[in-house]
Order: sequence, then structure tokens, then C-alpha cells
Amino acid sequence: MSKLQLKWAGVLALVVLSCAALYPSFDWYSKTPQERDRLEAGRLRPRWLLNLGLDLRGGTHLLMELDVTKLPQDADIKDALDRAIEIIRNRVDQFGVAEPLIARQGERWIVVQLPGITNTRSAKEIIGKTALLEFRMEDDTDKGRDARTKIAELGDPFTHADDGTATITPAAAKLVPAGDALFPGKENSFHLLKATAPVTGAMLESARVETGQNGIPIVSFKFKPDGGRIFGELTAANVGKNMAIVLDGLVYSAPVIKSPIRGGSGIIEGNFRMEEARNLAIVLRAGALPAPVKVIEERTVGASVGEDSIRSGLFACLIGGVLIVGFMLVYYELAGVFANFALFLNLLFLLAMMAYFGSTLTLPGIAGILLTAGMAVDANVLIYERIREELRAGKPVRIAVDAGYDRAFSAILDSNLTTLISAVFLFQFGTGPIKGFAVTLTLGLLCSMFTAITVTHMMFHAYLANRGVDKLHIG
Amino acid sequence: MEFFHQRTHIDFIGNRYKFFAVSGIITILSVVVLAVRGLNYGIEFTGGNVTQITYEKPVAIHEVRLDAEKTASKDAGIQQFTGTNTFTIRIKGEGEGSAESVDKFLAELQAARPDNKFRIDQKDYVGPAVGKHLFRQALLAIVLSLLGIVVYVAFRFNNLVWGLAGVLSLVHDVLFLFAFYSFMRSEFNLTLVAAILTLAGYSINDTIVVFDRMREKMRIYRKENLGQVINQSMNETLSRTVITVLTVLIAVVALYIFGGPVIHDFAMGMTWGTILGCYSSVAIAAPLVYQFEVGHGERAAEGSAPAAGDLPPAPSPSEAPKGPQSSRAERRRRNK
Repeated sequence: MSKLQLKWAGVLALVVLSCAALYPSFDWYSKTPQERDRLEAGRLRPRWLLNLGLDLRGGTHLLMELDVTKLPQDADIKDALDRAIEIIRNRVDQFGVAEPLIARQGERWIVVQLPGITNTRSAKEIIGKTALLEFRMEDDTDKGRDARTKIAELGDPFTHADDGTATITPAAAKLVPAGDALFPGKENSFHLLKATAPVTGAMLESARVETGQNGIPIVSFKFKPDGGRIFGELTAANVGKNMAIVLDGLVYSAPVIKSPIRGGSGIIEGNFRMEEARNLAIVLRAGALPAPVKVIEERTVGASVGEDSIRSGLFACLIGGVLIVGFMLVYYELAGVFANFALFLNLLFLLAMMAYFGSTLTLPGIAGILLTAGMAVDANVLIYERIREELRAGKPVRIAVDAGYDRAFSAILDSNLTTLISAVFLFQFGTGPIKGFAVTLTLGLLCSMFTAITVTHMMFHAYLANRGVDKLHIG
Repeated sequence: MEFFHQRTHIDFIGNRYKFFAVSGIITILSVVVLAVRGLNYGIEFTGGNVTQITYEKPVAIHEVRLDAEKTASKDAGIQQFTGTNTFTIRIKGEGEGSAESVDKFLAELQAARPDNKFRIDQKDYVGPAVGKHLFRQALLAIVLSLLGIVVYVAFRFNNLVWGLAGVLSLVHDVLFLFAFYSFMRSEFNLTLVAAILTLAGYSINDTIVVFDRMREKMRIYRKENLGQVINQSMNETLSRTVITVLTVLIAVVALYIFGGPVIHDFAMGMTWGTILGCYSSVAIAAPLVYQFEVGHGERAAEGSAPAAGDLPPAPSPSEAPKGPQSSRAERRRRNK
């Protein structure tokens, strides 16, 4: 095989590889949404897939901050963040979101992307719940009863913030006896409880929703063996007293212990709606966050807007692409055909690489692809103008072609490298869609260096190798 | 097909002061516009809320404003997409818990017009801390990538003056784009930062092609007048410059017309930036190199301002010196 034939074989192999890399995406997006959901549930999603960004298919992007001030003094922040991510991932998985993305960002931030979820309220509830479940005894001593009456005379002992947290007022705080703590209950009530919580949610093994009396949903739970033992001892020692079930600092119910609970299971009643109870069960099962998280950025894109964006983005690409291809044909004739073929290969390789790396295609990413196409022909323009000059200087076709490639190379390399520099910084400092733009731009430039220089040069060689060809149609 | 059948003989170097004047005016105007109007930072950088809603039936913007005034959030800024029932509602920097307060606001807004339901197209909330962080990152990206480009150009052309000339023309383009977005009151967000960096990459790209030709010509015509060499380099690469600008323009104009509202501002800025970027590489960057190398402090060169003529035929490649560029001093000497 000649050297040229070897090169052609190489390009052909790349084309076949690219098609293979793109096939899963093609197959995936030609399925119905229902079918995709079914495969998703069975974890049968292909690994090499060109993902669509939230801006193209609708969904919610959340940036959460772990409140590290609520961690114990000596806690390892990085470890706490990793644990928080793991727990949030479990919760989201159980919530049933297809293709979620949960990742760490920076020191204490967590990105959560929920494609297809545009009603964020319940998603935020599930993700943001600290799920710190505690069982505390009520202070039923005379002193405690006394304090309770005095606090009740103050009116509401809490100031309530917008985000649902309640802080105890200074006046009420003075009245709380040593060794006790005051907790808000549902419907503006308050509970005076022991400051220590002997049993916590960390001792839970499972939690699920059941229907209690009157059809009101309740959450039943089961302890791990140790937890069950401690819970049994606690209840045995406090028969006849009230035990409060506290979740995230809010008392859900405070039933009287009628008899020791030895089986290691119990229920939480709290006048739940079905959805509330279901969400509570999810967060209890997945475990407690090491510290509270707060939503610091939230972006929701409606599904129909995403569809519009895809349509207009692809349409712009199509029109722009056709115009560029047409222009190159008219201006450079046969050489334009070569350039267009290279451009086509460029896009094929670019998409294949994106699919292989599992990149996300965003709307700015689509813009990046079109811009790459506009700039990719630049290399060919440089070369062709060079060839024209050489021809004008009276050089024979073959020599003119080779000289054109030779001389244009340094300009092409330099110009592409400078664009790469800005793409790298865009990638480093950009977030979300901007990162997508940088990725397409970078991959596109790398591909175009190869296709515009190597592939078109090979085509010239193949064309000029024909016997009797001594003229070049370069417009 | 060919645009320039005849060799062009534009005297870029001889007219350099006119170009400098034009660019000086553009730059001063840009600075003034930026100083007076400032940038209209989007919530990505300031923190706050933006919601986009679309009503089922037509409704006038002042009616929506009236509805909004009746609700708890009085400071909602409302804009309408011309010719549609789509509105954006902006509530800036409310601080914590504002995602919830927006939900409440939207519920109240819907309650004011029960017979005309709206759907929520898009809802963005950015906390103040995130906004600050994103702004810092964006600024860092712009500054670092500009620096990276300078260093690269200076290194590749082995001459700080070329890097400086390239960067001055680049800053000129970038400043213009900032001013353009400021003038248009475009929401300055991360997408526009991407536009600016892409333009920076593209503009220097153009400059480098011209520089590359100049470097090549200088090696061959070591004895000729520098101005003449630069002029001819630019005339020879002119058709290439025009064509690549055309293809990129095709791409960005297609995005501008058909790409939808999200990348509308991005494409609009890129369109004007591309045109200016092309102008600056030909009319600013290369003449600046000449100015720095010759015009600066050497008035003698002025008298023999180069004519835009053809250079003598190039020596055959074997005769062309392959060594490194002639030193600056050497070139000065021959320009005297």
C-alpha cells in the first residue's frame, strides 16, 4: 500500500469509529420518551451519549451551599461535602429523576441538575431537608411545667424567618431551664424538651409510608439492631411520659409512651399529605445531611422553551452551514468541494468526540459548532489563497498545491492556538452552558486542524494523481 | 470566482494616521459610553430573580405592571418581548429566601388575571454570593486569556513589539464590544463574556495571519523598505481576510436571525465585533508594528514614506535567507 492509501485507510477508520461513537446517541434520541424512561429506570442508558443540556430539554439547575458553620468544630469540610453529595444523590435517585447530575463545585458548593423537573418545590424540599431526626423526652418535672406556663404567657416564643427556620426570642430563652431546649411544633405550638437526644435518625434502618387511622398517611420506621435496643431501653424507662419526634428542629408529634417499644420500629404522625409523607420517607431512608444546605442559585427552564431553543438553534446551524458550503463551492469550485467535505468530516468527528466524552450539548454549544464551521474553513481559505498565488506566479499545479499547504501551515497553527488559549480559559472559569461552548470550540478547532489540512491535502493528491490532470479548478 | 482580480495597492502604512484617528475616536467613544451608561449586569453577576412567563391570551404590558403593583413585590421590573405575550420579570438582589418569595409573587400575579393563565418558561434565581463569585471568575477569564494571547504572540514572533501591537488592536476590539453591549443595554451575563472571549480569539487570529505574512516577507526582502513590505503583505492577504470574515459573518448572522432569543445578543455583538476585528488587524495592528519599529522617534523615516508599489521579484527560495529575523537595529538602519 502506498503512503497515500495508508492515509486514506486511516481517515476511513476514523469515520467508521465516529459513526460507531455516534450510533448510541442516534439510537437513544430516536426512541420515544417513555421508552427512554423505562431504560433509564433499568440503568440501561448507554455510556457514550451526547447529552442535551438543561437549556435544551427543560429542567432545573440548583446550586446548593453546605452551611459549614453548622458542622462540628473539628469536622473535615471536604469529607462532609462528599457525604452530603452522596446523600443528595441517594435522595434524588429515590425521587425518580432521569439522568440527574450531582457534583461538587468549589469548596462547599454542590450542583444538582434535574432534567425534566420544572416544579421545583418538592425537589428542593427533598434535597434541602437536613433530615436530622431525633427522639427527645419532654421535661415533665415541676420546674419544666412551671417554665412552660411562663413561656406560654409570652405568646409566640419564636421569630420565624422566610425560609421556615425559627429562632427563639431572647425573652423566652431566659426562661428555659438548664439542660432543656425549646423546640417549635407544628401550628405555632412549642415543646420544652431535654437538651440531649439519646436516639437519632442515624440509627434508622428503613422508613416507608403507610396509611394510618382515618386514612391519613404516616411514616413508619425501623431501627438498626443497636438503635432498637437503645430505643427499647428509653421507652421502658419513660412509660407514661411524652416523647417528641423532632425532624430538622421541628416537633412532628409527641405521643405518650404507653408501653416499652421493643420491636425496634415506630411511626411518625404529623397530619401529613401523601406527598409530604412520601418525601419524608425518602429523606429518612437516605440519611441525614452532615449540615444544612441552602439553595444559592436556581434556574428552571420550561420544557417547551427548551424545544424552541433546539429548533431555532438547529435551524440557524442548518442555514449558516448551507450558506457557508454554498459560498465555498461558488468561490473555489472543485477545491471548494474538498473544503466542504473536510468541513463535513470536521462536524462528524466533533460530534463523535462529544458523544465519546459524554459532553453536554447546550445552546451556546450549538452556537459554538456553527462558529467553528465558520472558522474551520478559514484554514482552507488560507491554503487556497496561497495556492492561487503560487499558480499566478506560474508554478506547476502540483508544486503550487504543496507549496500552498507548506506556507499556510504556520499561520493556521498560530491562529488556532490563540483561539485555543481563550477556549481553555472559558472552560476553566465558565460554568454550565459556557463550559459547553468552550468544549465544542476546543474540540472543533482540534478536529479542523486535522481535516482542513490533512484530509484536503490528501484529496488534492488523489485528484492530481490522475493521469492527464494538469489543471486545478480553484475558482 | 475571485473578488480581487487585480492586485490591490492600498497604502495602509501611508494612511496609518487616518486609521489611528478613526480607531482613537472609536476607543474614546467606547470609554465614554462605558463610563456613562455602565454595564447592565444580569442577575448572574448581581444576584436576584428573573422569570419569563407567557400568557395564553394577549395582554398589554401596562396591565401586567398594574397587576404587579398590587402584589407584595413592588420593585419588579417588567419587560415584554415585542409582538408576543411573553414577559420577563426581574427582581434584583432580594437576598435570602427570595426563590420562595418569587413563587408567592407569581401566584399573586396569576390570581390577578384568572381568565388568562400564564405558563412559566424560565425561572432563574442567583444568590448574591454566587453572583460575586461568577463575576470574579468571568473577569479573571477575560484578563487571563488576553494575557495568554499577548504572551503567545510575543513569543511566536520573537518580538515584544509585535505582541504589543496585536494586543492594542485586540483591546480596541474588546473595548468596543463592551461599549456596544453597554449602549444596547444588553444584559451582561456569562454568554456575553463568551462572546467577548471568542471575539478576542478571532480578532487576534486575523492579526496573526497578517503578521505571519509580514514575517515571511521580511525574511525575503531584508533590504527593502519596511513600510513597503508591510503594505504588500497586507494587500496580498487582503482577499483571504475578506473571505474568512465573510464565512464567519455568515455563521454569526445566521445565529442572529435564526438562533432564538437566548443567543440573540451574543450573535449581534459577534457580528459587529467580527467586522471591527477584521478592520483592526489590517488597519491598526500592522501599521502599529511599523509605527513602533520605524515611526517612533525616527522622523527621518517619515520623509521616505513608502509608496504602495510592488517589490522586486522574490529571490528563489534557495537564496532566501533562512536565518532568524533581522534585528531591530538592522531594520532601522535600512529604513533610514
